[in-house]
Amino acid sequence: MIKKFDKKDEESGSGSNPFQHLEKSAVLQEARIFNETPINPRRCLHILTKIIYLLNQGEHFGTMEATEAFFAMTRLFQSNDQTLRRMCYLTIKEMANISEDVIIVTSSLTKDMTGKEDVYRGPAIRALCRITDTTMLQAIERYMKQAIVDKVPSVSSSALVSSLHMVKMSYDVVKRWVNEAQEAASSDNIMVQYHALGLLYHLRKNDRLAVSKMLNKFTKSGLKSPFAYCMLIRIASKLLEETEAGHDSPLFDFIESCLRNKHEMVVYEAASAIVHMPNCTARELAPAVSVLQLFCSSPKAALRYAAVRTLNKVAMKHPSAVTACNLDLENLITDSNRSIATLAITTLLKTGSESSVDRLMKQISSFVSEISDEFKVVVVQAISALCQKYPRKHSVMMNFLSNMLRDDGGFEYKRAIVDCIISIIEENPESKETGLAHLCEFIEDCEHTVLATKILHLLGKEGPRTPSPSKYIRFIFNRVVLESEAVRAAAVSALAKFGAQNDDLLPSVLVLMQRCMMDSDDEVRDRATFYMNVLQQKQKALNAAYIFNGENTHCAPSLNLRALVELTRLSVSSVPLANTPITEQKTEFAPVATSKLPEKPGPTRQDIYQEQLAAIPEFQGLGSLFKTSEAVQLTEAETEYVVRCVKHTFARHMVFQFDCTNTLNDQLLQKVMVQMEPSEAYEVLHYVPAANLPYSQPGSCYSLVRLPEDDPTAVSCTFSCTLKYLVKDCDPNTGEPDDDGYDDEYVLEDLEVTVADHIQKVLKPNFAAAWDEVGDDFEKEETFALASVRTLDEAVGNIISFLGMQPCERSDKVPENKNSHILFLAGVFRGGHDVLVRSRLALADGVTMQVTVRSSDETVVDIILASVG
Amino acid sequence: MFWSYKAVSILTFNNQLIAVILEPSLYTVKAVLILDNDGERLYAKYYDGTYPSVKEQKAFEKNIFSKTHRTDSEIALLEGLTVVYKSNIDLFFYVIGSSHENELMLMAVLNCLFDSLSQMLRKNVERRALLENMEGLFLAVDEIVDGGVILESDPQQVVHRVALRVSKGLSPPLPSSPQKVLFTQPSGP
Repeated sequence: MIKKFDKKDEESGSGSNPFQHLEKSAVLQEARIFNETPINPRRCLHILTKIIYLLNQGEHFGTMEATEAFFAMTRLFQSNDQTLRRMCYLTIKEMANISEDVIIVTSSLTKDMTGKEDVYRGPAIRALCRITDTTMLQAIERYMKQAIVDKVPSVSSSALVSSLHMVKMSYDVVKRWVNEAQEAASSDNIMVQYHALGLLYHLRKNDRLAVSKMLNKFTKSGLKSPFAYCMLIRIASKLLEETEAGHDSPLFDFIESCLRNKHEMVVYEAASAIVHMPNCTARELAPAVSVLQLFCSSPKAALRYAAVRTLNKVAMKHPSAVTACNLDLENLITDSNRSIATLAITTLLKTGSESSVDRLMKQISSFVSEISDEFKVVVVQAISALCQKYPRKHSVMMNFLSNMLRDDGGFEYKRAIVDCIISIIEENPESKETGLAHLCEFIEDCEHTVLATKILHLLGKEGPRTPSPSKYIRFIFNRVVLESEAVRAAAVSALAKFGAQNDDLLPSVLVLMQRCMMDSDDEVRDRATFYMNVLQQKQKALNAAYIFNGENTHCAPSLNLRALVELTRLSVSSVPLANTPITEQKTEFAPVATSKLPEKPGPTRQDIYQEQLAAIPEFQGLGSLFKTSEAVQLTEAETEYVVRCVKHTFARHMVFQFDCTNTLNDQLLQKVMVQMEPSEAYEVLHYVPAANLPYSQPGSCYSLVRLPEDDPTAVSCTFSCTLKYLVKDCDPNTGEPDDDGYDDEYVLEDLEVTVADHIQKVLKPNFAAAWDEVGDDFEKEETFALASVRTLDEAVGNIISFLGMQPCERSDKVPENKNSHILFLAGVFRGGHDVLVRSRLALADGVTMQVTVRSSDETVVDIILASVG
Repeated sequence: MFWSYKAVSILTFNNQLIAVILEPSLYTVKAVLILDNDGERLYAKYYDGTYPSVKEQKAFEKNIFSKTHRTDSEIALLEGLTVVYKSNIDLFFYVIGSSHENELMLMAVLNCLFDSLSQMLRKNVERRALLENMEGLFLAVDEIVDGGVILESDPQQVVHRVALRVSKGLSPPLPSSPQKVLFTQPSGP
């Protein structure tokens, strides 16, 4: 080791790193000379450098030793050596969080900040603001105000930036410096301008009107600083986004005018802002795209990178807008910066024609191993998009993807590939077998549990429906032998699906199941035992309920509970299962279901609401929450009070949650509630008002409504809503309300309850099996003509959103150039009845629709048909 | 850290970015790094909580070095961050920002840092000269970026403000660095 080190020393001349073997304790020991008189500036400087170097290397300093060194350092303020003083400031900043009582240097720093030496003033301000807190800030407020408007740029900049850092901590103090910041914004110095603008925006960003005024002023006055321009562009595009102003707004004109700025930085910022705007038309994009095109041939790599990365984003939404740049992009394929080359290729993949695909793919494969995982993911996403565009190219893509799957790469990369292959399989039935074969090969040697289980699940779903299902069994069973518990359990579930769907494979599947019952893991054993028993019954209905659609992880929590209840019922009563082994297994069914519950990721939005509602005493005894709707706006966006409603459906009641925000800073609202007048036999039982609604703090009030029991078909209702409250005027600055108030009301928009509020979506992975399971006891059929609808796509979309049910078997996607389509929908009606809808659509003049509804309850069938008609 | 960079992204189902609205902010720089040609840290300053612990920082530096030290390109996307970099003899300079950040702004910081050091070290930008003038480096970075905000982008201004001047007289020459490079003071006597 030592020898090698010496040799290296010789190579690099002499004495490599003077800081190489620094010992913290030795340096702290040396720091004692800070106390010597007279002060030796050079030695002290060197020691401070060493301390900062150690801190910079990530060395940990204890509070005691740091405080000791810090106090010794304060003595160095007696020296007038400039560099030494500057290093003291740095040490103060570095130690601000690790040493105690750092505020003792406040007076020294205040002195330097207001002194004559300009070199000291800026850094002293920055150090001072690092150690100061809200109470002390008021003591130095006067100096800060002076510093902000100081004519020395470094002082003004330092004061502005430090103020910005302190906005989070002491907003109320800093906000009093707005006038000074305003003055600084008209400074000649470009950095002062930039910092002042940044501070002003941070102080005003919650006041849209003030931001708009500020923009108006600066866009007209013409700034000098390119940084400030970039900031202005960002503020302008955010304001455009928030106010949803059209592109004829002066703000858009301003951004567009920045495309002609003389600084590349500003031009790029403007182009990027335009590209990222939602709803941009091709014509509005064109000038931005053409400046990006120019940048593509810039000698600066960063600029080429920025341009092609932004073009890549344009290509996602408007591929045709980028075709003009194809030639420039082709030149970038050979760029020495691989990131640029990759982005160029993926952009070309999105914009190029079908004929260029093969050539581009070949070029990618030549360097795919040289780029980082992030870019590999970008490439895979581009391929995925390409497959959707040119389905006929799927064999080339599949080949390429399988090669990528064999290469090394991280989880994100592999997952992107697997997702891409899965989506190709789903889009193109003819690619199914090759795709599954590649995935089978991949799981033979796959270190990612998540991916292995995902693929096993897919194999279970798709494998049995292929012409030769038996070839997949070997791959699946290998997993049972070799892998971790989670993968083994998934493999068992997949096997069961093969057994349930293919009678000739059933005997061998049963043999394999028997082996799995000997597994060392509880979950695997439980699953195997459970499936074994179900499979042995050889009943289609049982298979459908417990194997194909049984482990439904996408459904609502309440449904999981239902599944659990059903499982127990199965074991206890009616279903004629085989007599002997089952009685012993009874208790084991429940664990199967419960152990599946934790697979669900985190609490859902509905779980959170359920918890919140359960905490309100008025809503006890409503049972479990069945469905929570998306929020509905009951006011325009820009009104005094903003009210949104979330509808919660329970078995026999509905709770309406009104999220209200008061946007008037001179009012405090109290006893806020929404009065509701129903159009049908709905009965409002209770209002839970929000006690206080101060300015800009959202609050919720609730209404509890009983659904009409004597008429279960009355599923839709319109409520007229009025916001009622007690107003107390208050001081906009302090929020202190007057003692007296007066009652007032505010009319809201009507609230609709529709059939969709009574139905929860359920995904049935195998719709046909579910259809048979529900049976035709309560089947009804009717035909409708949808006169106003012109396309099948539109009809499908309307039906799904109207009924609020889950489309199954990907039937929500209508193949192109077809005149007829079948849509499968599944859901659960309030109260727990399964509902399945098969809707045949035919396109003639309008769209004709034949709806067949099946459910376990007759009323539900009637309700659905009545509401469609 | 009590400040952090905010970016609001709206994602579609395919995880493709359709719209990124940047919260307008002056907090541009996430980190400034200088590594030597073995990938060892000579200087590192992280301005937000992206890599909170020393261990995570070192892992990131290792990754960054392995991806950049063999290529002479100047920009890359790593761990979801934009990295602009530059190498000279045995030094690697990096400036890191969010992937939504204006790449040219980051580049301006990198160029300012490099040009300032180049002037201060009299064009002698290499590891040994840098190590002998660490205080100059510390002060220069402090003048260029403050808590993630770009403080100055003009190398002339930075060199002027750093204004390194070692007082003469009392101090004996340091045994560890006999031929210390003294900085020129542009406006000094």
